[in-house]
Amino acid sequence: MILLNLNLQMKKYRSTILSSTVSSCTELPDVSKRMDDIHRPVSRFTRFTSRAQLLSALSLLILVCSLFPARSFAQDWVRTGSGLGVDKVRLAVPDFKPSNGDSQNAELLKTFNDTFWNDLDNSGVVELISKSFYPLQVPGQPPEVTFGVWNSPPPNAAMLTFGNLAVAAGKVTVQGWLYDVKNTASPEVLGKQYTDVPTGDAVRVIAHRFADEIIFRLGGGIPGIAESKIYFVSDRSGHKEIWVMDYDGSNQRQLTHLGSVSLSPRISPDGSRLAFSSLTKSGWDILMYSIDLNRVVSFPHFGGTNLSPAWAPDGLHLAVSSSRGGNPQIYVCDSSGANLHRLTSNKGPDVGPVWNRKTGAQIAFVSGSTGLPQVYTMEADGTNEQRMTDQGYAVSPNWSPNGQFLTLAWIRKYGPGEPGSSDIYLMDIASKQWVQLTHDGGRNDYPSWSPDGRHIVFESKRSGKEELWMILADGTKLHQLTFTGRNTQPNWSWK
Amino acid sequence: MKHQSLKGLATTIALAAVVMLGACHKKTAPPPPPPPPPPAAPTASISVSPDTIQPGQSATLTWQTSNATDVSIDGIGAVQPSGTQQVNPNDSTTYHLVAKSSGGTQEATTRLTVTPAPVAEAPPQTSATEEDLFGRSVKDIYFEYDKSDIRGDQQSAIRTDAQFLNQHSNIGFTVEGHCDERGSTEYNLALGDQRASSVKSALVSAGVNASRIKTISYGKEKPFCMESNESCWQQNRRGHFVYQK
Repeated sequence: MILLNLNLQMKKYRSTILSSTVSSCTELPDVSKRMDDIHRPVSRFTRFTSRAQLLSALSLLILVCSLFPARSFAQDWVRTGSGLGVDKVRLAVPDFKPSNGDSQNAELLKTFNDTFWNDLDNSGVVELISKSFYPLQVPGQPPEVTFGVWNSPPPNAAMLTFGNLAVAAGKVTVQGWLYDVKNTASPEVLGKQYTDVPTGDAVRVIAHRFADEIIFRLGGGIPGIAESKIYFVSDRSGHKEIWVMDYDGSNQRQLTHLGSVSLSPRISPDGSRLAFSSLTKSGWDILMYSIDLNRVVSFPHFGGTNLSPAWAPDGLHLAVSSSRGGNPQIYVCDSSGANLHRLTSNKGPDVGPVWNRKTGAQIAFVSGSTGLPQVYTMEADGTNEQRMTDQGYAVSPNWSPNGQFLTLAWIRKYGPGEPGSSDIYLMDIASKQWVQLTHDGGRNDYPSWSPDGRHIVFESKRSGKEELWMILADGTKLHQLTFTGRNTQPNWSWK
Repeated sequence: MKHQSLKGLATTIALAAVVMLGACHKKTAPPPPPPPPPPAAPTASISVSPDTIQPGQSATLTWQTSNATDVSIDGIGAVQPSGTQQVNPNDSTTYHLVAKSSGGTQEATTRLTVTPAPVAEAPPQTSATEEDLFGRSVKDIYFEYDKSDIRGDQQSAIRTDAQFLNQHSNIGFTVEGHCDERGSTEYNLALGDQRASSVKSALVSAGVNASRIKTISYGKEKPFCMESNESCWQQNRRGHFVYQK
């Protein structure tokens, strides 16, 4: 196994995901050639017109590698991914302070500070400095910043964010700053003020927005995800219904009340409609839920078993699995359900389509046409089928926002005497090289990529029952999002 | 689970039918009065007319004895040596007559059957029989892991099922495709759909009219057996028949 580091410096953005650890199984490739290989599929569709765009693409870069089982090693996996072996921006995040004596301040500040810290910690673009290194006096206003205590050890921060919160006249106001504490002459990178109703929910949204501003600036110009949503299936009402929550697991609420079995929620690119599959009187039908109207709206009945709807990135088309013609195959229709036509025709059940999220030009799907299910790709018109997985039981593909990678659930070592578990993998589509993201933790399925391409939410039984977990695309920061009932099939909003 | 509660209902109705039929037969048993020649052994007979009523209706009990000094009927008490009486029990009742004298004791019984209202009686009884027959005769089809073709050892079950279904061509039914807990939810639903279709086409090939057969996939959503071992998984990999009509 040969490891090499790529260190690309982009001082302007102080970006952190500028280095990748590459594991190569064959010969050591020329670095520049390798970069070309990885970027070729994207460069067909886009040209990097600005430095920011180039940086975006680079920061999403996750070089993938096949890992041959090395019997001489105690463990048969190594960690690979982006941002390894590189110092991330060291950010100090002292608690925001009250700026008046209102009695509501304390509770709202707790909500704000917890949410804000978690957002920055989950982002994967900064290294948060432990609060135990902070001075006793922390600033709430710019004049209170003492640069010397922050920019030298023990905190040794590169960046400092601070601010204050106050309730007055029935409104809550939050002021926040981001300071480059090594640049004492002109330290302010960001200064923001937010005003809203004094509720926990409103304060949580303010924390998400300010965190996203910081992540946008320190994370290579990619918008943060703190305001994104995750749709999922939960049985906690006694039936499998569709639920939604904030990306950090807070604010969970039930959308459907059908009292049947509802599965596979897929939110539209604009966030206005949710397609899902539900057991109705006539069988498994695709249903459409309007987020704006808060109810199920009409959608045609196709006949047969209809499963796993998927939105094209233009929001105008859906791909589904339907057995209306006998065998479950991939079909495409307009978002209204009209013009349904079949794309695949093989003998195996085909299910779980997903569009290339960047271009809309390809569809990945699962087919059992050769035995155990495998992941395939094809053009959006059904031509040029390519098998992506070479063995085992491979399901639930999900396309990365930059169009270069698939994440999928895979039992690679499958068969009698092979106690393989279903784990989450990343695969580079052009090279079919893959990397294993989860290890040693029960059955994992239904990975779904975050809008920023840095996070993956998935279903896992590692805690004993099915719950939703989040992990960074480099395999770090694994944490549990749901704890009540059984929660499955997460689907991350597009923005 | 729907099919289980249906099965339970069917069993209850069938059981009730058996009890009723049994009761009807029993009524032919009673009269054994052999008068012995010695001194004065009593004789006794009892009958009820009609022998079947509905709750709220009444029937007439008629009894005759001879040579008896002491006559009683269980539940009524001491009575005249011969007589009649109106009875209107809510439940089926057996009337037991005892006639005693110095010459001996003689007993006689008759049974009055009380049935539920006739509207509820006739239709469920016939359909329960048919559904019960369906449940007993039509065997589920079991599958290999990740497979939807009918394996060799299931061919005879398909033949038996087709034979029964062809003999009872008025019965409509659903084939449910089920899968074990392993693997992915969506893929298992698609696989269950293939299993149900595969059973349907095998039956159609064997002459069963396709319009009688509905199919539905439950994937791994409604398992028969909840344990994580091969015998349980095999129970869950099946095409399950559900009586419709």
